[in-house]
Amino acid sequence: MNELKEKKGHSFLDFAYQMYKSMKTNEINLVYEGEVTQEITKTFTSLTERSLAKTEESNMVQRKVFHVMVECLQNISKHADSLEGEEEKRGIVMVSHGKESYNIITGNVIKNEKIPTLKESLEKVNSLDKENLSALYKKQMREGRISEKGGAGLGLIDIAKKTGSKLDYQFKALNNDVSFFILTSTVKRK
Amino acid sequence: MEVINIKGTEDTPNVILDKENGKFEISGRSLPEDVNMFFEPIMDWIDEYSEDPLDKTVFDFKLEYFNTASSKVILDILLKFEEIVEDGKEVIVKWHYHEDEEDMLEAGEEYADIVEIPFEYIVLED
Repeated sequence: MNELKEKKGHSFLDFAYQMYKSMKTNEINLVYEGEVTQEITKTFTSLTERSLAKTEESNMVQRKVFHVMVECLQNISKHADSLEGEEEKRGIVMVSHGKESYNIITGNVIKNEKIPTLKESLEKVNSLDKENLSALYKKQMREGRISEKGGAGLGLIDIAKKTGSKLDYQFKALNNDVSFFILTSTVKRK
Repeated sequence: MEVINIKGTEDTPNVILDKENGKFEISGRSLPEDVNMFFEPIMDWIDEYSEDPLDKTVFDFKLEYFNTASSKVILDILLKFEEIVEDGKEVIVKWHYHEDEEDMLEAGEEYADIVEIPFEYIVLED
């Protein structure tokens, strides 16, 4: 029994070390898996804001990273679905940076039935250039309404507009009912 | 008219609506979880104000950051002031932004495209 416990302890230390190393090599600034609430959103965005403020990064880039994080996290806290037996809105959040850009990666469970509509929105946004994104944003602001969940249907358009990058996404099927939706937003460093 | 003076927090803006002193200002950050709940009293105040507005209203927007849900509510606010313009009164929006934050300037220009209210763009120094 004790032996087993010890072994487990070691493998966890290994895991923690491997993770530390891999975070260092991949220049990951933040990783989180768990419930995503407004409190969590505020905490992570201000954490990232403060750590970016210490860098040489331009205000513009800092602001864009902050902005994308808020939209992605609020998307999760408003729209994420749950695995059976879970109540809360959960998700993963990762922020990494390389020479060229910051990547904000978020992931959450989504009901398979919602995928076609979301995919359509993502493809639509990805098909537009800056000018047309701005036109779509204005149209949606005028015609849209704040939903019961508090969303305005503007988040994805805005991320694409502010970052100037295509939205990179994937759906990984978890079972017949739900999938895992991963969204990568890229903010270029200039 | 009653004065609205809301102190900002890390996710809600400062709001001053003071008819007597002719001060109308939103500043700081706006990313509340529930935008409708936060802005409801502000909308109600503007509805009441538009029944008997000043001859000239100067509204200062000094936002450093707002999320997309807030952007929709800001448009709703501007649309209410547009009605005041349609009723023959003067309204000016002063849109403040930091020089290195083009996105904020762009946001103001987008609003100016949509609503029939004159916008002035002012660079914030600090």
